[in-house]
Amino acid sequence: MADVALRDVVKRFDNVEAVRQISLDIPDKEFVVLVGPSGCGKSTTLRMIAGLEEATAGDILIDGEKVNDVPPKDRDIAMVFQNYALYPHMTVFENMSFGLRLRRFPKDQIRERVEHAARILDITELLDRRPKQLSGGQRQRVAMGRAIVRNPKVFLFDEPLSNLDAKLRVQMRTEIKRVHQKVRTTTVYVTHDQVEAMTLADRVVVMNGGRIEQIGTPQELYHHPKTRFVAGFIGSPAMNFVPSRLEANGSGLSLRVSDKLTLPVPAARAERYRPHVGKDLTFGLRPEHITEPRGEGREPRCEFTVNLDVVEPMGMETMVFFTIGNTEICSRVEPSAASGPGQPMRLYANLNHMHLIDPANDQVL
Amino acid sequence: MTTVSTAAITRAPARRARGRSMHRDRVWALRWSYFFLVLFAIFFLLPPVYMLITSLKTSAEISAATNPWWVYRPTLANYVELLSSRQYLTFFRNSAIVSVFTVTITMLISVPAAFALSRMRFWGSATLAMGVFLTYLIPETLLFLPLFKMFAVFSDFTGIEIINHWWALLIVYPTLTVPFCTWVMIGYFASIPRELDEAAVIDGANYRQVLLRIFIPVALPGLIAATIFAFTVSWAQFLYPLALTTSTDQLVLPVGIITTLIRGDVFNWGQIMTGALLGAAPPLIIYAFLMDYYIAGLTAGATKG
Repeated sequence: MADVALRDVVKRFDNVEAVRQISLDIPDKEFVVLVGPSGCGKSTTLRMIAGLEEATAGDILIDGEKVNDVPPKDRDIAMVFQNYALYPHMTVFENMSFGLRLRRFPKDQIRERVEHAARILDITELLDRRPKQLSGGQRQRVAMGRAIVRNPKVFLFDEPLSNLDAKLRVQMRTEIKRVHQKVRTTTVYVTHDQVEAMTLADRVVVMNGGRIEQIGTPQELYHHPKTRFVAGFIGSPAMNFVPSRLEANGSGLSLRVSDKLTLPVPAARAERYRPHVGKDLTFGLRPEHITEPRGEGREPRCEFTVNLDVVEPMGMETMVFFTIGNTEICSRVEPSAASGPGQPMRLYANLNHMHLIDPANDQVL
Repeated sequence: MTTVSTAAITRAPARRARGRSMHRDRVWALRWSYFFLVLFAIFFLLPPVYMLITSLKTSAEISAATNPWWVYRPTLANYVELLSSRQYLTFFRNSAIVSVFTVTITMLISVPAAFALSRMRFWGSATLAMGVFLTYLIPETLLFLPLFKMFAVFSDFTGIEIINHWWALLIVYPTLTVPFCTWVMIGYFASIPRELDEAAVIDGANYRQVLLRIFIPVALPGLIAATIFAFTVSWAQFLYPLALTTSTDQLVLPVGIITTLIRGDVFNWGQIMTGALLGAAPPLIIYAFLMDYYIAGLTAGATKG
């Protein structure tokens, strides 16, 4: 049980700066997910916490103690790898107990700990098998078991679910969350999958190009993204971005989205956006906020009619695609409300959830 | 139901025709395979068979103008004579000691070397790994004179006589075996995913423990392949012992057979063949026992384990 902190950490490989001065505080017992596209530095950051990579600059602290020069084995951390990294010549029991045996724990204590972890993960009957005889999901459980028995200060997960098929991935996701709720160990989890990040994390750290874009709870990131990258990365299907112009319209503001379509900005947001009147901005709105007209207190001027290009029924909802100007827009509608491709459909944009992004610096206003 | 059965009926002949042609291809491929297998088996087995036949003959029968592929009066006299000869047993013992020690020395050097070169990224490690392999490419025919000279100079300076001692071979043989075994083990270690040693390091293992408890067990097939190689090379080595040892009590088997069983222009063929046949037995036995591992080692990385 410990907190983890990064202070202005930099990692350079030859001439490439993989991690650029990131700072991060992870309190005790928290589940933090580092998420971002491949090459964003998330894995490198995790490996620096583990001690598998040396930080070029900056400090890494575990439990308030600087660990930059502490070897991995003395950092009291445990790590789960994407390809499980189980020792192929050892049984599950030997795999899980390897760390304890190296640390010369008494035998009965080793057995007790392994059996306890095996019960948590429901792999008691697999203890005598070898990794080869296990399925992907079982191997992943053993890898987690190997981490749990050590009872470390920090758990590190490096894309642990990427090698599993879709169904098992969802199952193991729940499993990981359940285990964390049981053992309450500080956890740093790396993934490129934003759904995994949102479902697992107490707090999500969105990384891009070696920098931290935003840190926040899943809800914060979803509702209040700070940058265009976060707005586009979090949420599936991704947020729609349309170039538009902010115009003064009597006492209120309106957004010119295309020659034919101008949408009124809600009064609650007018004050915030007023300094940007006359500018070309990127208008962001999630597909779930463009629907068939529904709900009470709708602003009638936010309704518009489009011709649908593509219709994708998903069962509980239907995705419809159309273009405004030159931009393809996705919207999530009730399956019963969707018309067919090539046909007109009446849609409603709920601007209470809108975002305006300054294209000059990609910051959300 | 009816549609299914008609479909099955109409499709069936087509499938059978294709099946037959596949079958015919396979039959011909197998015939050719067996033809060449038999051809090469005969080609490679004739010499040992001839050795066996000759070893069972008396000197008189060998020089007689009879069918050389048949033994008319089989005798074990050659075997009895050799196995009761103190000299031959000395050669055998020297060979065994030299080979076992060479294998041990080779493994003690090349396994840690391969581990260091493949995993402990240090300045110049890639160049060094390449250099290790390049030394293997220099033939021993080029080296035995310089080595001889080096030993001679060494004893001039120190008074320690290296030449004409069987243990001189323990210095020389590893120059042949270590580079190759190191290279094989580098390749084998490289096929072990890096996460495996990282997991071990996080579990609390130091380099020594990673090598002993993870790498060596995981790379066992490769290790055994390298061991067999080192053993075969040192058991069959001829040029170095011929150059470096002369006293009969210091000779190893291949040199011993040649120097003691050929006197002037008299070739004692029966005993030469017997000695060679007996000398070939130990590697054969080792191969037979470790064959599965050897093949696994040679085909390492072919499939995902």
